[in-house]
Amino acid sequence: MIYFRIFWVFLKIGLFTFGGGYAMVSLIENEVVERQQWLTAEEFTDILAVSQMTPGPIGINTATYVGYTATAQAGYGTWASVGGAVLASFAVILLPVTLMLLVVRFLMRHRGNRDVESVFAALRITAIGLIAAAALSLFNVESFGNFGWNSRFVASCAIFAVVFLLSLVPRKGLGKGKLRLPKLSPIVLILASGLAGFLIYGL
Amino acid sequence: MAKYCELFYSFFKIGGFTIGGGYAMVPLMEHEFVDRRGWMSGDEFLEYLSLAQSMPGVLAVNMATVVGYRMRGIAGALVSILGNVVLPISVIVGLAIFFRSFRDNSVVNSIFLGIRPAVVALIAAPVFSLAKRQHLTWHTLWMPILAAVLIWLLGISPILVILAAALLGFAYGRLFKRPKTDNKDQ
Repeated sequence: MIYFRIFWVFLKIGLFTFGGGYAMVSLIENEVVERQQWLTAEEFTDILAVSQMTPGPIGINTATYVGYTATAQAGYGTWASVGGAVLASFAVILLPVTLMLLVVRFLMRHRGNRDVESVFAALRITAIGLIAAAALSLFNVESFGNFGWNSRFVASCAIFAVVFLLSLVPRKGLGKGKLRLPKLSPIVLILASGLAGFLIYGL
Repeated sequence: MAKYCELFYSFFKIGGFTIGGGYAMVPLMEHEFVDRRGWMSGDEFLEYLSLAQSMPGVLAVNMATVVGYRMRGIAGALVSILGNVVLPISVIVGLAIFFRSFRDNSVVNSIFLGIRPAVVALIAAPVFSLAKRQHLTWHTLWMPILAAVLIWLLGISPILVILAAALLGFAYGRLFKRPKTDNKDQ
């Protein structure tokens, strides 16, 4: 039964996500693309794009979308797939919320505790590595095309470089006056890349 | 009852109209809870934020849990969470239904060929901004690098890497950090 597997997989993902939605990407990729094979690497990257462009927490958006697609892929209809989407979001927050409610008082009292502090410090640092792993695993043929001097690969690398550099612009922007480069939101960057894709491949 | 409506409405606004995930919502939350509604002081907000960041799960939902609980107990937490996720989930479900019927369209396909490398860049960039924010030094830099290599190259489950990091952090604290004498639980 697909619902049980979706519930179990997202329960696990929720419990082991430290460091926000981007750190969750590598957990979801590992479970959903590699182990369960509900989605191809291409579909997964497309879902990430949609999750970043639409409002809301990235983790919730990705879980909802993956839940829908996994159910639909298993051959169920639209309404059953909507059920899968809601179930995935519910499962991904169930354990963290329960845990949060249980410890919200306890942890406040123990915030200075040496063991609690050092475990959380290590987890916050490791989360950066998890995000890096997610980015590295997306450097694949599906995202960039075959490696070499072909138009798809060169165009992909150019888009990557421009978006990467623009994402590193600090929140308050760079430079002054007319030359000021503002911080661009992910939605602007994704829409511009989509337009570039249409101009390069679609015409 | 009015308080529940306020909680729902506040989190509905923050969750439903912020693009870019939980971290993008933090300044909005601070403005809403501290400046606009006066529910808590800035220090209290930061304390809740670091708590929400330390716990597993989705940052925005964790914040909704702790702020809602602080205002109106468990029911307040649930109302806040619902407000935070109801619009994003509906939008995604709508898009998923729409998008599945357009997947094989060649225009949609060409657009996504352009978007895919941009998505990779959007995920790669926070690695560097977070490394800066966490003040990584040569003593701690090996941890995220090792974690990335273990997961990406050796295909080790991220769950195992997280458990190992928690254990390492615990051992490090025991061996090298002095216990605080002012701890309440001692």
